Amino acid sequence: MSIILNHVNYIYGEDGPLAVKALDDVCLQIPDGQFVGIIGHTGSGKSTLVQHMNGLLRAASGHIYFNGEDIYDKDFQMKKLRSKVGLVFQYPEHQLFEIDVFSDVCFGPKNLGLDRREAELRAFDALRKVGMPAELYYQSPFELSGGQKRRAAIAGVLAMSPEVLILDEPTAGLDPKGRDEILRQIKELQVRTNMTILLVSHSMEDVAEYVDRIIVMNKGKVMYDDVPREVFSHYKELEKIGLAAPQVTYILHALKDRGFDVDVNATTTGEAVETVLGALGRKGTYI
Amino acid sequence: MLRDITLGQYYQTESVIHRLDPRVKLGGTLLYIISLFLFRNFLGYGAAAVFLAAVIGLSHVPFKFIVKGMKAIVFLLLITVVFNLFLTPGTELVSVWKLTITVEGLRTAVTMAVRLTMLIIGSSLMTLTTTPNNLTDGMERMMRPLKVFKVPVHEVAMIMSIALRFIPILLEETDKIMKAQIARGADFETGNIVKRAKALVPLLVPLFISAFRRANDLAMAMEARCYRGGEGRTKMKPLVYEKRDRLGYLCIFVYLAVGITVGRLRF
Repeated sequence: MSIILNHVNYIYGEDGPLAVKALDDVCLQIPDGQFVGIIGHTGSGKSTLVQHMNGLLRAASGHIYFNGEDIYDKDFQMKKLRSKVGLVFQYPEHQLFEIDVFSDVCFGPKNLGLDRREAELRAFDALRKVGMPAELYYQSPFELSGGQKRRAAIAGVLAMSPEVLILDEPTAGLDPKGRDEILRQIKELQVRTNMTILLVSHSMEDVAEYVDRIIVMNKGKVMYDDVPREVFSHYKELEKIGLAAPQVTYILHALKDRGFDVDVNATTTGEAVETVLGALGRKGTYI
Repeated sequence: MLRDITLGQYYQTESVIHRLDPRVKLGGTLLYIISLFLFRNFLGYGAAAVFLAAVIGLSHVPFKFIVKGMKAIVFLLLITVVFNLFLTPGTELVSVWKLTITVEGLRTAVTMAVRLTMLIIGSSLMTLTTTPNNLTDGMERMMRPLKVFKVPVHEVAMIMSIALRFIPILLEETDKIMKAQIARGADFETGNIVKRAKALVPLLVPLFISAFRRANDLAMAMEARCYRGGEGRTKMKPLVYEKRDRLGYLCIFVYLAVGITVGRLRF
């Protein structure tokens, strides 16, 4: 039960004058229940990559296996794959269309061929999971705030009960508070249901606190694929490709340079506070 | 899927044809199309083919790319040919069951096919080598005399350039919306007409909303930059004829002279 990508290549505008190699020999394995962050600068191929995982884009060469089946096999059911691997796109405006939030969330499960009762129960469940306030269920999705629209969009995919949930830039355009709320809710969902989640983002800050593993994409290639603290130890190289490590990494490195005995590999704010306090305690200084 | 439409698309590359003044290309295309309808024999089409081949060669647009755009009109071409082939009265050539092919029919069908193909290749060559902005600039300049008759030339040109500019944006948007809905299990490809029409609702609603939102934003941005229509507006890069443009006109007239003299001969 996992997704495996084996030497996947993809080219945009193949015979045009502006052909771009969007994926360059990508090999990945995503085991069940993992929370993975996919990071890369604009145009690094991260969105292209996730669109391969539910068959929206077809690789020029290479193979993709989902739960032990080759998704490019002739008798493979793409529709089934799309219900198992849910993909939420960056802009909720691209998928919201119904007269109210609730019927919009029902769209996915209804497409799976479920009856009205089952579809509606799933919709209620999904809306509750993303933390949508109940008084908004019967409002027009177009009148919601940015964060609520995002919730409605995620619920719309979650209602299909996927095994893998892919979120393409779920925090783009949100203020820091809205961003933290959404991310915390996603993490909670992952812990509670042990669902595999792939979070696409261009901000390290977003993912550092929550994910088990980070895949850094650059120019269509996988540059790093490791646990957060290992990836962030390359923070100088990350800067060269237009990414930045979380702010705590910089602070800790600066402290270390000035002679404080801190652990520079702390990735979350909580860990950073601990190591800084530890260093201060040992030195016997109090603020 | 939608990006495969090349008709009316711009092909970015460096060539003499790309650098020509849009007025030369517009006028040239118009004259070329008219010339196709004046020929009485195949020598004329031969001359047109030579002219067209020369322009394609100079334009650096791969022939394969031009042909790809033709796929969309193959069906139209077939209908024209079939109707002309079987429905033209005249001397009988072959007759099978109720279908008769006449000498005149064969002649018209072939002429029509050649004429249409060359017409479409010629005009798509213009859009392939001219950016939409340049094209509308050229049109605006050429239609300027119509201002005397109170035709809002500038406004028409502005509407056209905005419309052209939005085609790729909306196509890309459609592509994204389709993907987002397919990811939610939407099915745009199977079922009868009613089912397919219904399946378009989840595509069209977000598309319309996005189009209105974009129109609103654009209007706001234009207002913010004090756009007040064409009155007293000057151009940053006004169209000026250069040596190569005069040479371009000369080539077109030489082609016209040769083509029409040869093409209108009666044997």
